[in-house]
Amino acid sequence: MARLRLCVGALFACVLLTGNAAPAFAQAATPTPTPSATPAATPTAQPPSQDPAKPEPAPTSGAPAQASKGFNPDISVIGNFVAVAGKNPMSTQPPFQMSEVEMSFQAVVDPYARADFFLAAGPGGIEIEEGFITFTTLPAGLLVKAGKMRAAFGKVNTLHTHGMPSVDRPLVTDNLVGGEEGISDAGFSVSKLIPVGTTFLEATGEVLRGSSEVFQTDDRSRLNYIGRLRGYRDITESTNIDLGASIAQGPTDLGIRFPDFTTDPLRLDRRLVGVDATFRYRPLRRAIYRRLQLRTELIWSRQDLPAGAQTTAFGFYGLGEYQFARRWYIGGRFDQSERSYDASLRDTGGSVFLTFWPSEFSQIRGQYRRTNYAEGKEANEFLFQINFAIGAHGAHVF
Amino acid sequence: MRVLHRTFIAAALVGASLATPRAAAPLKVVTTTEDLASLTREIGGDKVEVTAFAKGYQDPHHVDPKPSFIIATVRADLLIAVGRELEIGWLPPLVTQSRNAKIQPGASGYLDASLTVKILEIPTGQITRAMGDVHPSGNPHYWLDPGNGRRMAQAIQQKLGELDAANKAYFAQRYADFSTRLAAAEKKWDAMMAPYKGTKVVTYHRSWPNFMDRFGLDVMGYVEPKPGIPPSPSHTIDLITAMKAQGVKLIVMESYFDAKTPQKIATETGGKVVTLAPSVGGEKAATDYIQLFEYNVGTMAAALKQVTGK
Repeated sequence: MARLRLCVGALFACVLLTGNAAPAFAQAATPTPTPSATPAATPTAQPPSQDPAKPEPAPTSGAPAQASKGFNPDISVIGNFVAVAGKNPMSTQPPFQMSEVEMSFQAVVDPYARADFFLAAGPGGIEIEEGFITFTTLPAGLLVKAGKMRAAFGKVNTLHTHGMPSVDRPLVTDNLVGGEEGISDAGFSVSKLIPVGTTFLEATGEVLRGSSEVFQTDDRSRLNYIGRLRGYRDITESTNIDLGASIAQGPTDLGIRFPDFTTDPLRLDRRLVGVDATFRYRPLRRAIYRRLQLRTELIWSRQDLPAGAQTTAFGFYGLGEYQFARRWYIGGRFDQSERSYDASLRDTGGSVFLTFWPSEFSQIRGQYRRTNYAEGKEANEFLFQINFAIGAHGAHVF
Repeated sequence: MRVLHRTFIAAALVGASLATPRAAAPLKVVTTTEDLASLTREIGGDKVEVTAFAKGYQDPHHVDPKPSFIIATVRADLLIAVGRELEIGWLPPLVTQSRNAKIQPGASGYLDASLTVKILEIPTGQITRAMGDVHPSGNPHYWLDPGNGRRMAQAIQQKLGELDAANKAYFAQRYADFSTRLAAAEKKWDAMMAPYKGTKVVTYHRSWPNFMDRFGLDVMGYVEPKPGIPPSPSHTIDLITAMKAQGVKLIVMESYFDAKTPQKIATETGGKVVTLAPSVGGEKAATDYIQLFEYNVGTMAAALKQVTGK
């Protein structure tokens, strides 16, 4: 423990002492001249200077000053409206629901860090979906995050609802990785880049508290550990491959009550192992009209059961999405997953979806979903979704 | 406590060694577009190593922030961006994931090339997204005016000189040389475009205000009903009517847009579609910043000659 503290201390000392900090201070001393000081008073009629050494001053330049708002974070609100019709004996999803309103606040904190907050309001109340600080200027190629965050386990777990290509999440996510909420928890994340030539390799290690949909405990010393290795490579300028392997280990002490088990407290762990692969095609000359993405995630879950027993469940999905016009996408997904506490129960399903993007800031999606539950029950549903965003233009990690 | 103290000193030493700038090695520069890369090569010569993200034939608004770009940012000494929110959808995650303190916004290795140029179409009054994908701080396609190219080159020269003081004179000399060559070329381009001053044209997207302004052409309409919104039948009909009424014959577009609607408009109006290079590398002949204008002015003058008969 003392050693860990030393390491953290050393890390922060490094940050503070790297010369990288200097330019920020230097800049404060010699402020960059704001060209907006060259006002409209110098009219555009000024003849272009032919003296090559002196470019004529830019007549209209600089951004309009908004001093009072200058330091406000980028704010955006994203609404997710979902409707469902059809039969599903295993679901209580209402016919219409404003299932989530996500508010995001993002800005640079100081020369060393940025902050990202995502608050999600839904039928269950308002909660911090994510809220973390990212130290962007650490030495040795490290990126450290602290706060509450979606864990770097596979692909789907890191995506916000509006980033999904379908209305729902795959069955394997629902059965083994905590569904919509997923593994999202408070803690630390450290990632390091290890580029090998033109291959991008990133290793991420996270330690979280153990209070997510998947991992829960009331014991402070039982934590949730996550590790991920991601490799990415451009095949051509239009195609690329993205591979990942993830592991998550943590307590599920409060996950389920076994009535016949009397010893208190329960100490039951779950280990998740995931492998993901994504292939993307986007011809650059036609980038706004055509795009293909193929993705699969395979996940194994080993859950402790009382009396030293264990159950190993497996699930996966295969997804394809194709953009066939500037504003239209079509996709399909195959789902199969066993259940985490009883691997003898296996659900399968399939979906097709069609998305129309009126603009970058809204999307309208229809999805047909068929699910065969292990209990022998069958569901046929039509889902409809409108995602809409106001405020700052978002940018997503690839 | 003593152990902690020692660790602190060790950390300080590591920190100090990391802060020492590499000497003599060429500056590693990453730019968001090929235009910025070309200008940086003009000024930096063999004292810089330049990597551009977006290709010239790619819509610079819609670029994937691919991890392969991150590799280039990790060791970069300088990042040059077009700014004015052109790259807002893809540059921020690249900068964050670069883990590179030098190129974070506000640091000495981050250069927004738009700060010293002439910006058009800065919206006044209330703006909303009902206007389409408007850029609140003005039109970001400003590099398509050679005057702005010179201003950008000068900003790059200053920045390179600041980061590599030993080669300041070298950068200044290369800037002067570039500026002279550009001035000579500008004279030629102005002469080529002079007969067509005041001619009205239509453009696909609002990418060309600086280019048209520089060469005295008048943009009377757009194929897109609003910035970033694809052509709609009703807008296309209105545009055709307006073009016929005003005798507008030329439609300017970029190769990354679908030519179907512009072609249809050209057929209806008896006009012509001309595809210009929006950036260096946008067409084969546009190999550098000066060649970009050689290509565009040449293509434009030929098309104008055809439609105006001048």
